[in-house]
Amino acid sequence: MKNFNGKVLFLDRSDINTDEIIPAKYLTEISKEALKPYLLEDIVLQGFNQAKDIKGKSVVVTRDNFGCGSSREHAPWAFEVNGINLVIASGFARIFRQNMFNCGMMAVEIDKALLDRIFNLFADKDTAVETDMDKMTFKFIADDLIEIVPFTISEYDFSLVKAGGWVDYADKNY
Amino acid sequence: MGKTVAEKIFDAHHVDCPSGDIHVISLDAVFCHEITTPIAITDLMERGKDRVFDPSKIKAVIDHVTPAKDSKTAMQGKILRDWAIRHGIKDFFDIGRNGVCHAIFPEKGFVRPGFTIIMGDSHTCTHGAFGAFAAGVGTTDLEVGILKGVCAFKKPESIKVNIFNSANNPPNSGNLPKGVYAKDVILSLIGQIGVNGATNKVVEFCGPVVDKMSMDERMTLCNMAVEAGATSGICAPDMVTVEYLWQFIKDEYTSKEAALQSFSKFRPDNDANYFKIIDMDISSLQPQVTFGYKPDQVKPVSQMEGTRIDQVYIGSCTNGRLEDLEIAASILQGKKIADSVRGIVSPATPDIYSKALDKGIIKIFMDAGFCVTNPTCGACLGMSNGVLADGEVCASTTNRNFNGRMGKGGMVHLMSPATAAASAIKGYIANSDIYLL
Repeated sequence: MKNFNGKVLFLDRSDINTDEIIPAKYLTEISKEALKPYLLEDIVLQGFNQAKDIKGKSVVVTRDNFGCGSSREHAPWAFEVNGINLVIASGFARIFRQNMFNCGMMAVEIDKALLDRIFNLFADKDTAVETDMDKMTFKFIADDLIEIVPFTISEYDFSLVKAGGWVDYADKNY
Repeated sequence: MGKTVAEKIFDAHHVDCPSGDIHVISLDAVFCHEITTPIAITDLMERGKDRVFDPSKIKAVIDHVTPAKDSKTAMQGKILRDWAIRHGIKDFFDIGRNGVCHAIFPEKGFVRPGFTIIMGDSHTCTHGAFGAFAAGVGTTDLEVGILKGVCAFKKPESIKVNIFNSANNPPNSGNLPKGVYAKDVILSLIGQIGVNGATNKVVEFCGPVVDKMSMDERMTLCNMAVEAGATSGICAPDMVTVEYLWQFIKDEYTSKEAALQSFSKFRPDNDANYFKIIDMDISSLQPQVTFGYKPDQVKPVSQMEGTRIDQVYIGSCTNGRLEDLEIAASILQGKKIADSVRGIVSPATPDIYSKALDKGIIKIFMDAGFCVTNPTCGACLGMSNGVLADGEVCASTTNRNFNGRMGKGGMVHLMSPATAAASAIKGYIANSDIYLL
């Protein structure tokens, strides 16, 4: 399984689309690694600093309908090559969500009220997440502030995370 | 309990239910283009699985950047081309014969009622206009589709959108108000339900207005279903569908009525269960224009009139078909576009281009001052053939007004071909009504 622990990048806006995550002009790259410098290049988000804010982060916490727009799997890949394998939101666009699990990454939905609480408590702090895949919990930590958030993913999504993606699973089963 | 179109299609393609509500379905077609497919091909090769499930069910086209603009895009084309040759994929469309995927594949007769289709492109939902379940997917799903001919979905619930015009007489005649087109209807719907309004759902379009629409119009409608988050747009198959497909299916059925009879198994049941039903009365609908960076930020053209523009783009999988060019040409005929505006038109396929030439439409565009490009997706997503500079504004018949979509720092206003043509003449966003008889 991939790493689902580490520092949090908060993106406080709904409807962040895949053009914002990785602009189309970079879709001519053949390698995933080449996408690394361009993650979130066109995001419309007050105060966001692409050069500073992404470095060292492993988890994204954002709002609703994350990853809408284009089907480009380059969006999850751009996160992956930057060391981010987990996005937590109150909702995802279907294709983006499926692409994440198909790559063995996680797009986890949590309740909006709970998400509001996480933003209120942690968004302005240097926050880390520890993911417990057995207990299905996220532990948000900022200094001595700790919040445990339970989550659920389906058995099928979990099997993709464990298998490292959909290709081997499908080739074996169908 | 009756079934929706999507439910009927899913039942007819069931392969497996690996857990809970996940359904693996068999695919009738896997469509490919040169942006999202090469990485799937390369990955399959690296895994030692360079195979295809059925070369006759795979269709491929180079459309996003064509002709290639640099070494990288040339390589993407080459990977796709070599792969098509290697696996005997006969329906591969290269330069000179290529067009925008969601225009050329229906035009070639590759989409049928009841089909299941995936493609590594979010606007694959366009093909639902034929009564198919057609969904955009990422590269991994595409890869598995190519390899095994299957894809996994949650069985989607459907939203029924009943479109009618209460001002019509007789009431069910399904006519659009003057100056209002399929593009305005779908922009208005997205404005109403939001960019998240149909996430994980299928949008089933019906009602007198849809019944009256041509296949070109239905494709415009279904094309933008994904802008509300939908998995697929769907119009139930009817005689309009049969007429469009007849040249491809005439040897399979004894008559058009027999074909319709056969396709009718993919019409929804009267007692089908919908997640939601939206009644949409378009009697007072005005032409719609977007104003922000999201496709649900729409206003009537009257409130956008006078907005400065630098470029007008007419084309794309949304509005680059023959009827779209005809409407724009009817407005541009005998007129010049404003000196301050660059006009670009991209007929979506060679066949559309050729017919537009025969009908004198291309001449009208050229005489008006438009640049006519070859069929390509390029400008719509800022890859080639019409990229905006920082601070520039485009009046566009495409489907996305995202920040930077047509070029970094550029602004895109989505609209119908009629509104785009009128705006080109005026040099600012304008209502087409003054040019319509």
